[in-house]
Amino acid sequence: MADAPAERKLADDEVRSGADPLAAPAVRRAGRAVAVVALLCAIGFPFVFTNPATTSIAFFTLLYVGAASAWNLFSGYSGYMALGNAVFYGSGAYFIANITNHLNLTGGVGIFVWVPVAGLFAGLVAVPVGWLALRTRRHTFVVVTIAIFFIFQLLAYNLQSITNGSAGMELPLPPWTAATYNNYFYAAALVVAVIAIALSWAVRRSHFGLQLLAIRDDEDRALGLGVRTARVKLTAFVLGAFVTGMCGAVYAYYLGSVYPPFAFEAIFDLTVALMAFLGGLGTVSGPVVGALLLEPLQQWLTLQFTAAGLSLILFGALFLLVIGFLPQGIVPSLEVLLRRLLRRRAR
Amino acid sequence: MNGSELAKAVIDGVLTGGVYALMAAGLTLIFGVMEIINIAQGVMVILGAYLSYTLQVHAGIDPFLGLFITIPVMFLIGVAIEWGFIRRLATRDRTALSILATFAVAIVIEGLLTQFYSADLRTIDAWYVDRSWHVLGFYLPYIYLFGFALAVVLLGALYLFVYRTRTGYSIRASMQNRTGAELIGIDINRVSAITFGIGSAATAAGGMVYGATNTFNPDSGYDLISRLLVIVVLGGLGSIGGALVAAVLALVIEDVTAVLWSPVWSSTMFFAVLVLVLLFRPTGLFGQRAVRAQ
Repeated sequence: MADAPAERKLADDEVRSGADPLAAPAVRRAGRAVAVVALLCAIGFPFVFTNPATTSIAFFTLLYVGAASAWNLFSGYSGYMALGNAVFYGSGAYFIANITNHLNLTGGVGIFVWVPVAGLFAGLVAVPVGWLALRTRRHTFVVVTIAIFFIFQLLAYNLQSITNGSAGMELPLPPWTAATYNNYFYAAALVVAVIAIALSWAVRRSHFGLQLLAIRDDEDRALGLGVRTARVKLTAFVLGAFVTGMCGAVYAYYLGSVYPPFAFEAIFDLTVALMAFLGGLGTVSGPVVGALLLEPLQQWLTLQFTAAGLSLILFGALFLLVIGFLPQGIVPSLEVLLRRLLRRRAR
Repeated sequence: MNGSELAKAVIDGVLTGGVYALMAAGLTLIFGVMEIINIAQGVMVILGAYLSYTLQVHAGIDPFLGLFITIPVMFLIGVAIEWGFIRRLATRDRTALSILATFAVAIVIEGLLTQFYSADLRTIDAWYVDRSWHVLGFYLPYIYLFGFALAVVLLGALYLFVYRTRTGYSIRASMQNRTGAELIGIDINRVSAITFGIGSAATAAGGMVYGATNTFNPDSGYDLISRLLVIVVLGGLGSIGGALVAAVLALVIEDVTAVLWSPVWSSTMFFAVLVLVLLFRPTGLFGQRAVRAQ
């Protein structure tokens, strides 16, 4: 653990000098192949596993792949720890509940058309929220996002005319049978997850992504070098909110109802952050790996240990182990290992 | 609505604000010295409440007398958490990691409390909890008065400790300049452990009063930590005086909102105050360091 920063520095130097074995075309091709195989596996999954209990876990896992990637898109790249993403999750959920009720829509595939619109709505909410929160930096920013989260949760209870308060709102019931019910939502979650990963990948490779990384490394210097930090940060914040809002909308439709504590859930804020940390902050694949490991584990723990206390203890202990032993996350640690291996082979 | 209702709201706000100030002082002291945000502070208050509850129910010890046991116990728990989980954090992204690590500690404590006490709501009961002092036309619950007095005494003790003792000098030196303090021979690990212990000890007293004035279960820590975080940021991170003023201010505003507008919106106002203040002062009310530049 103590030599981790030194290792990282070494790796960075290699990248700079162009000697990074991971940048070799063969490795990149292998990486792309892994991504394609993973996507094919995700598409094939519901055909192989038809048990609703299994597909339900798979659905939630994909939803969190999307949400964790969205969190990473802003927080991972810019270094600003946002702990209030449930604001956008809940905004998306309440938007789709309102729109389906006002338009008297009947349940069916057609409802999914409103998912991207719910994402746009969440993005719209993120503009004033981000503008306000991003006036502060680092630690203060973290706390401000938490405060804004609680304001939204309380608003969900109090603005009866929009949210129906603690009584919650119902969404139209889809006409699907129990055996196929999960599959529609699985497909929707997969599409959202792919959009999230594609966005995250595109940002990481773009000039815009480099500006975000520059802000993470040294905001004042980035500003001095001509990065319009305020605009760049806000754009990334809104992009993340857009994807998170879509996740929230799919979640609400899946549950069939929206209640303040489920739409605006404090655990959600921290879960997405933990997933990105576990996988590797600021990498494209990190949040995906984190969500793929953590969400099934969490669901399994809850099912396995019906005593609520025990599953919390195990989850927290695992969390501490990850922070203690893999502070950089799984993906960067694997990269270091792979680099060493490739270098040894090259010699 | 009339004047006396308003005055009562202000008095209640000041009295409860004192107790929140004590809990928030621990949090802001920890931040000032160690640059970490202790998310576990909320659930540790609840742990403190359960300790007092247990001593009273099973050993018949009065909650205020029980503090002579629970305060040292919480101090030791704090030292152990610092030694076990905070000291070992990687230096890179330390603040971000500390948020996650202390959150994990909070989850473990919440799990342990759920395991031992179940999720049922409890409250600490004593003769002074449901009796009030009738003065100048106001009914002031004794527990609010005793809790406020306790907070004042402990905050005074904290002040004397930080400003009048050798260890206190080391703590303040570490707050001003961690590296510099290390260079002049201050054992930063020892100072960190003591600071975290003091911050935790404050939760023992805060938790006892909280447990006597509210019903609580292991889940109550989330609401508390969000309020405490708002208070410390409102006061300016790392500023103990700021936390005191902010705690009283925020709770008075919450109670006054309940009277002037509606109890439904009082909690929302609590959080909205922070947003409003940060619009004009991004460093908080008494931010000594330029938080923007951190």
